[in-house]
Amino acid sequence: MLRFIVRRLFGMVIVLFVVSVLVFLIFNVIPNSPPAQRLAGKNATPVLVKSIEEEWGFDKSLPEQYVTMMEKVFTNELISYSPRTSVEDRIVEGIPATLSLAIGAGIIWLSFGLVLGYLSAVRAGGWLDKFLTGFAIAGISIPVFLIAPVLIYFLTYKIEIFPNAGYVPLTEDPWGWFTHLVLPWTTIAILSIGFYSRVLRSNMLDVMNEDYVRTARAKGLSERQVMVRHVLRNSLIPIITLFGLDFGATIAGTALITEKLFSYEGVGLYAVESVEKLELPPIMGVTLYGAFFVVLINAVVDIAYAYLDPRVRLGSTAS
Amino acid sequence: MAIDPQPGAGLPAGGPDASFPSAPDGVSSDRGPWYLAYKRFIRNKLAVAFLGLFILIVVFVLAAPLWADHVAHTGPNQSHTLEKLRVGGEVREVVTPEGRPIGPQWFEAGGKFFLGADSRLGRDEMVRLMYGGRTSLFIGVISGLITTLVAVILGLLAGYYRGWVDAVIARILDVLWSLPVLLFGIALGVSLAVGGLKIGPIEIEGGSIWIPIFVISIFTVPYVARPIRGEVLSLGEKEFVEAAVAQGAGPLRVMFGEILPNLASTIIVFFTLNIANNMLFEAALSFLGAGVQAPNSSWGTMISVGQELLTTQPLLAIIPGVMIMLTVLSLNIVGDGLRDALDPRSKVRLEAHSGMVEPEGVSV
Repeated sequence: MLRFIVRRLFGMVIVLFVVSVLVFLIFNVIPNSPPAQRLAGKNATPVLVKSIEEEWGFDKSLPEQYVTMMEKVFTNELISYSPRTSVEDRIVEGIPATLSLAIGAGIIWLSFGLVLGYLSAVRAGGWLDKFLTGFAIAGISIPVFLIAPVLIYFLTYKIEIFPNAGYVPLTEDPWGWFTHLVLPWTTIAILSIGFYSRVLRSNMLDVMNEDYVRTARAKGLSERQVMVRHVLRNSLIPIITLFGLDFGATIAGTALITEKLFSYEGVGLYAVESVEKLELPPIMGVTLYGAFFVVLINAVVDIAYAYLDPRVRLGSTAS
Repeated sequence: MAIDPQPGAGLPAGGPDASFPSAPDGVSSDRGPWYLAYKRFIRNKLAVAFLGLFILIVVFVLAAPLWADHVAHTGPNQSHTLEKLRVGGEVREVVTPEGRPIGPQWFEAGGKFFLGADSRLGRDEMVRLMYGGRTSLFIGVISGLITTLVAVILGLLAGYYRGWVDAVIARILDVLWSLPVLLFGIALGVSLAVGGLKIGPIEIEGGSIWIPIFVISIFTVPYVARPIRGEVLSLGEKEFVEAAVAQGAGPLRVMFGEILPNLASTIIVFFTLNIANNMLFEAALSFLGAGVQAPNSSWGTMISVGQELLTTQPLLAIIPGVMIMLTVLSLNIVGDGLRDALDPRSKVRLEAHSGMVEPEGVSV
């Protein structure tokens, strides 16, 4: 196990390095205009552009430029130039809001998905099963930017059930925090519920054909015991990987769109507002930290998976 | 995505040969596999219906100039802010002094402002919807073509040469796969929109729609290349490849003459699903301001404009969203139907990669 963890963490460090190089290339090398001009923003003065050019060392070699960029990122000196604010400070400010959004949505889609998936596997072919099939394929086709306007229009303007927009810190007003989050949570979660229930269902139907399930039945366990202890438990392991990947993808993806739709003041909204102002340093910071977070989550998920399913780590040490 | 739209409606699984005897009654097995696949597809009512819907959508966006010239008498970017509209005996302002655009007029004004005006700029929403759909579909299809082409080449190289070639390609695909695509899409989209792009002789301006096409193509390659690589790896073990090599065929002939034709059904299915995925990606990028740039518009940018008027004219945000949903849904269902029709076995194989068509960050 320890060997697996060390290997996985080593792999993670390499990916983190590759990610940071990619971010460097995307922002400072690939586009076809002077990088200092781009970083300075739309209405930059020539003086500012000149000072950025020196600060970032754009006259030096590419590896030196890369090192300068990473130094700035790790010493909280990545700065958005108009107005002059620290990117890291703004990101840290937005983290509680973004985590509230993503974790809550994740809990909702996971719990609903698992319950519905379990029920549809137990009664495969029933009406619930058929409904979830349709629900799941609709789920991958309906964009969040359709669901959110519909929810906002009907549930905050037409019938004023939920408050519109914004984030209320949990510590200040727990009820306000909750009511402000219901619609954003629903927007993110509703589409994954169908998908998760389908995945759990198909895993369970596979496991049901295993010999050990037949053995469990043969030794006289009740149907419920067989389903919960033997079938469900073994079907859950692959879901963990999937959930980890999707949770990362939500934080660095769907959450951005959702935060814009609900004017919800998290990290995503900060990035989106910077996109609208064509302000590059904040986008650079959010991309870098977002990607780091996703890579980290993926490594944690792999390790958890190996811990739960010994076949994985044994297989990988053998290879 | 491992979803069977009609459980139990699929054909019995079996080897490629086993599917011949199970062909529909009255179809002789000497008609060839494409004919059989066509027959199987036709029997899938749901897929046929959604194929019809998709064709309707394509016709709708292709008819944009007709509607613009002969019905609405305006262009997608033409502003009518200060104009008034005569409906029956009544005079209506296209944009009120408070900046509120006119709502849907349907055919009351002879087709002008059929869906109302888009914003305080007073542009015809219906005309914009049709032209925006052209952009969205164009980007989806072209980036789908590029992605598929690159993915097939990478998949063939990795699967045929194996060894270090495979190791390098597989690692690159793995890293791309593990990136948060939307975030990197935004990053690349914005920095190219500001700076433009120059690859060798090709130079792309910052505002061009080729920027989002380029961005989307890069980041969706692994979704197609990984399964193709897997398939090439297993095809490479087959006897017909050995036979070709024994006859003295070179690598190019084996890859493109022997293996590629056997990938046809996989490529068709993935191309279809990839267009759907790309359209969602494009909509997300454009909605966030990192995709299609003004004055061009797409369904994604229209939602972002419409969202600001959600309280007064909710349809402005909802209609382009519905169009995206219908297009993506029809492509997903047609893709699923094609998969069942072309290769009844494949359902099992794709199950293992579930989530592949799940549009990830773009998701949704």
